[in-house]
Amino acid sequence: MHAWLISDSPASRLQASAGRFYRAGGLLLRNPLAVAGVLIIGLLIVTAIFAPWIAPESPVGQNLSNRLLPPSADHWMGTDELGRDIFSRVIYGSRITLMIVALVAVISAPLGLVIGAISGYFGGWTDRVLMGLTDVFLSMPKLIMALAFVAALGPGIENAIIAIAITAWPAYARIARAETLTFRNAEFVSATRLLGASHLRIIFAHVLPLCTSSMIVRVTLDMAGIILTAAGLGFLGLGAQPPLPEWGAMISRGRVFILDQWWVATMPGLAIILVSLGFCFLGDGLRDVLDPKSAGKS
Amino acid sequence: MTAAISLNNLDISYSGTRVVEGVTFDVAEGESFALVGESGSGKSTVLKAIAGLAPEWSGEMSILGQPRGHGPDKDLARTCQMVFQDPYGSLHPRKTVDAVLSEPLAIHGLGNRSERIEKALRDVGLDRRFRFRYPHQMSGGQRQRVAIARALMLEPKIMLLDEPTSALDVSVQAEILNLLKRLRAEQNLTYLLVSHDLPVVGFMCDRVAVMTKGRIVEIAPVDALHHGDFTDPYSRQLYAASGG
Amino acid sequence: MTEPLLSVRDLRVTFPTPQGPVEVVKGVSFDLGQERLGIVGESGSGKSMTGRAILRLIRPPGKVTAEKLAFQGRDLLSLPEREMRALRGARISMVMQDPRYSLNPVMTIGRQIAEALRVHENLSRSATRARVRDMLEAVQINDPDRVANMYPHEVSGGMGQRVMIAMMLIPEPQILIADEPTSALDVSVQAQVLDLIDTLVKDKGMGLILISHDLQLVARYCDQILVMNAGRVVERCAAGELDKATHPYTRGLLASVPRMNEDRDTLPTLDRTAWEGT
Repeated sequence: MHAWLISDSPASRLQASAGRFYRAGGLLLRNPLAVAGVLIIGLLIVTAIFAPWIAPESPVGQNLSNRLLPPSADHWMGTDELGRDIFSRVIYGSRITLMIVALVAVISAPLGLVIGAISGYFGGWTDRVLMGLTDVFLSMPKLIMALAFVAALGPGIENAIIAIAITAWPAYARIARAETLTFRNAEFVSATRLLGASHLRIIFAHVLPLCTSSMIVRVTLDMAGIILTAAGLGFLGLGAQPPLPEWGAMISRGRVFILDQWWVATMPGLAIILVSLGFCFLGDGLRDVLDPKSAGKS
Repeated sequence: MTAAISLNNLDISYSGTRVVEGVTFDVAEGESFALVGESGSGKSTVLKAIAGLAPEWSGEMSILGQPRGHGPDKDLARTCQMVFQDPYGSLHPRKTVDAVLSEPLAIHGLGNRSERIEKALRDVGLDRRFRFRYPHQMSGGQRQRVAIARALMLEPKIMLLDEPTSALDVSVQAEILNLLKRLRAEQNLTYLLVSHDLPVVGFMCDRVAVMTKGRIVEIAPVDALHHGDFTDPYSRQLYAASGG
Repeated sequence: MTEPLLSVRDLRVTFPTPQGPVEVVKGVSFDLGQERLGIVGESGSGKSMTGRAILRLIRPPGKVTAEKLAFQGRDLLSLPEREMRALRGARISMVMQDPRYSLNPVMTIGRQIAEALRVHENLSRSATRARVRDMLEAVQINDPDRVANMYPHEVSGGMGQRVMIAMMLIPEPQILIADEPTSALDVSVQAQVLDLIDTLVKDKGMGLILISHDLQLVARYCDQILVMNAGRVVERCAAGELDKATHPYTRGLLASVPRMNEDRDTLPTLDRTAWEGT
């Protein structure tokens, strides 16, 4: 299997691309921080999938006789002001976090990628209009703009996701444009044009695949920020609404008790830190593997 | 007989600055014609204008008797293809040889892809095991062979060669020059070669046009290279500097 | 014979890779006096690495070892980095391939040359200016005062390379290493730049190492020639006797270059199996 994957002369398309991923994967696993990142993100995904089996109690089941209990063998992370098990809520919260992160990435990365690539490839007026629009978005602080969008759309987890996605794409558009500019006059693009390919075909089949690796790195690194923005919206009461166990909203509720019952706010806070760190580690590792420019220097 | 490439009084500009002036020549079908000159002489620009990559030109241009438009177009792709100078820049870094060679077939909706690709690889002297390699797994000469194979996929009549061997080692250059010469004989191709290397031109071409400062100063048969009998002073100077 | 300027014995350069260490220079030896030595080879032959190794310019993780690497009797490998820096430029200079990447784009040419001088010598401002002027004149720049105030992007490739040479020669080094000094230039400019290097080297009694892929060019401008292939010296001969070269690689290389009065139908290509393993 190893020999098949690292073969210099693959016999099929499948083997060639499998070999490429295998090599990139091998490089990634040689980087200890990236491995830590992979483990944390893996843990997040497993937790989200198996939440009902992992969590000892229901995330919304109230038990007012168990209010604000400190961490113990029964309640690993203690209980909140309504007697809900914080550990179970953190476990279920991973589903919400993962959903936010995945949806924001799926909406904003392709949007930014396409806008940036079109802008960079055509240049001229197209570029000026699209980048002007991008700059308008970039010039406003992310959280403030997300707040404005949520305020307009109404509070709720779906609207929070849309708002975050809207604020996230301009950065990706900028990266995609910068990358595209470096390829626009490359000979392989000219060669493809001479084969009779249309502009759309060149953008989608030739330019975009080259932008994706830096995009993947950037999106992974941004995940931490996305989680924090989502938590921030939750904290301000504009994201996930109670009784959803969203981590930011949980911190917000715990704020009232922060001096006497520290665990209520701290536990979901730790979860946010851990997952953010995981994405940062993974992003750094991916950059070393996928971005040949920085790889040569280390 | 119509000329494969016919240029009449061609002026070419880049964003308003004229870089080529009054270029006129005909290349007969099956001929191998060279444009030589030093950097900045405009020789590559002429090639780009024919290919449609330098659309700011005026004058007359026709390919196989058909007047030529200003951009690249799909019909031209079937008759006229180009090989670039830099074998590292002319292949997409994330695509296998197979993907590079299927692209022209996909664009023009041609079938029998697998057979055509295998045949093209055979034609340029690459073993089948190169088919699914990425550019970074190949040497400069092998990449240039792939670039030539890509240009041949659409079975063109005319090949525009932009310094196809100047980025290669001399021993590899010999292999690529032999390959180009053999392909021309086998497929009855017309070559328009741009080069700064007079001996390469002497090996590859039938006629040569010497360019300097955007103008053609002399068009001579290749014998002029063998015997050094150029008439224009600049051509003689270039010939002397090249060790003739 | 007097002691050579530079003496190299069994020079090796190694780079670690995931598949184990790879030797790119595998035991090169030569002596350089006040003469012109050409090192010829194709890409990957280790010719540039040899030039850089002499100046200890191989970046880690690359490693340089040698039985002997001595400049005027001083061992270059054991020299502390600070003394090495003082030696580089002042005693041994290097001209690289493309002037556009070797010159600082935001500094005028005059200041860069003055900088090269100031690092190694302590001169007054006016004396420095005079030396810069003389040097620019020596590299045949007609209007030295104007050129000194220009930025690198404002000059042509040939002029840029002359500026590089001026910069490298102004501290009056004993050895000049020129790594493909003209391959980015047009043929007519090539000859001018090489003639210039040639004159300066002869006038000042320097040693020259000319590294190039072009056998004919090296034969024209050097006294001795080393032909390298895959990290080894496969042939060493006097420049005039290149046509009597014996190694199949050298012979193959010579034959594969198209000639001006070409009458061969196909060019002979190297049969790489003929000498591999030697």
